[in-house]
Amino acid sequence: VFTEEDKYGLYSNLLFKYFLAEGIVCGHDLFVASAKEHPDKILKELPAPLLDDTHGKELGDEATAVKSEDFQDSMKIAWRYQNLPKMEANPTTYTKFGHYYDVSKKMSPELCQSVKWHSFYLYEELSFEPKIKAWNMNSGYARLLQSIQRIISQEGFDGSDPQKKQRNVLRIGIQSLGSVLWGDDVCCSDTPEDPHSLTKFLYVLRGLLRKSLSACVITVPAHLMQNKAIMERVTNLSDMVVGLESFIGSERETNPLYKDYHGLVHVHQIPRLNSLICDVSDTKDLAFRLKRKLFTIE
Amino acid sequence: QGQFTLLRDSRTDGSFLVHHFLSFYLRAGCKVCFVALLQSFSHYSIVAQKLGVSLAAAKERGQLVFLEGLKSCLDLLFGEGEQPGEPNPLQFLRLCSPDTSFMFSSGSSCDLRALFDFVQASLAPGDGDSWKGPVLLLDDLSVLLSLGAAPVAVLDFIHYCRVSVCCQLKGNIVVLVHSNEDSEDEENELVVNSLCHHSDLILWAEGLATGFCKDVHGQIKIIKRLSLRQAAEQDLVQIYQYKIQDRNVTFFARGLSSAVL
Repeated sequence: VFTEEDKYGLYSNLLFKYFLAEGIVCGHDLFVASAKEHPDKILKELPAPLLDDTHGKELGDEATAVKSEDFQDSMKIAWRYQNLPKMEANPTTYTKFGHYYDVSKKMSPELCQSVKWHSFYLYEELSFEPKIKAWNMNSGYARLLQSIQRIISQEGFDGSDPQKKQRNVLRIGIQSLGSVLWGDDVCCSDTPEDPHSLTKFLYVLRGLLRKSLSACVITVPAHLMQNKAIMERVTNLSDMVVGLESFIGSERETNPLYKDYHGLVHVHQIPRLNSLICDVSDTKDLAFRLKRKLFTIE
Repeated sequence: QGQFTLLRDSRTDGSFLVHHFLSFYLRAGCKVCFVALLQSFSHYSIVAQKLGVSLAAAKERGQLVFLEGLKSCLDLLFGEGEQPGEPNPLQFLRLCSPDTSFMFSSGSSCDLRALFDFVQASLAPGDGDSWKGPVLLLDDLSVLLSLGAAPVAVLDFIHYCRVSVCCQLKGNIVVLVHSNEDSEDEENELVVNSLCHHSDLILWAEGLATGFCKDVHGQIKIIKRLSLRQAAEQDLVQIYQYKIQDRNVTFFARGLSSAVL
């Protein structure tokens, strides 16, 4: 899943954390990679899940708030993931996938520690002596791929360990890929030195994901990319592409149509896997807003 | 026979055409070499099953040679070592670097020769083969550019394939490319335009200009390039709209979708 970052990275960072938080609540293993901040720091700032008894009330508050405004076609999209949580004591009265989170509270350290997680912080990795084979790719990317492949193989996410009784999912989150911090100049030059590194990286990553039980969310500062051709290629190599456009500093901030929202969600591409058709939703005009506790997409 | 068909998509996903041709040629009893660069074998297998064809069975009886690009790439980069005599078809990934893309150094060849050798070997008639005509199917060509192959190398590869498959073996080739009207990917546009000129048949799937619609998923332009074979002939262009369903695609004349009538 490919997320085009909003201009200051505020909201894409939030989505990134949601993805990781959901992984912890579902008991998935995590792999977090960043060149910007240490993954430990990212994991300390995940939103706290709203557990059932408090959640119903919260949702009730939100629901009434929405109804009082006249949105006939509005649709609340919760984060939809495959597994329902095992920790639910009571059956819920409504069907839901995924969980809700309280953005104003941090996830407890105990919950964070409850899953196995792996981190990749570029600066720490570069200090190790390189064992890079001739890969013909930006060394930061190559290192990241090797690290991911090692975890997938060692932890048995590719089914290589028949002894393992319970198979788990690996959630991979990669922050700000393509930015200068990764050693790539696709985001600062119209004619980058190595225009194929990013796309080669994505292709190899795709191969790794396809042969293992893993899912990956990548955020990219697409607004910095001057070479649009590369963005087109990146889109073709991804299963799902979502762009976030925040209203901060843009003329839309004062547009009365958008007064309740903080930005727009552009769904550029949806996955078409294992099927001739893809799941097409009725509406594609989506906007998001961040309230004190809840991030909503409508 | 000996036909080069170009599948093209703009603003939409034309892979339903690939699925169609794959099951079509297998059902017709042809030997198929499928170079699948972007999706896994199981993806095509599941869809083919819905269309009534078993890819696994076709592979087993030697009718289908399937190159799973993603897997080959992993073997190339993470593999222990090459088996002697069997170079990896995607070895250009390690050989092509930004500086050698546009010049040909003496030792390593930054071209798609290994991929062509693979195709040629797959479709070479074997003893006891009773298949009707070889077919090369490729999904999708635009990926090769993303992996560092130069446009010239891609066009050379296609040219060699045509000579071998269409001319020598009297087989067919079907290739999918992506292209958008306002695309800034000049390399891709170059490849697509060149291929258009040399295709016998072009199937161009386009998303509707008016945006997304539930009942009409897109429009398909069928261009029979009669001008290619005979100088005075005009190309024949037909346009239909289509809707993709779980096991089928329905085509209808423009504006005559069943939802409208």
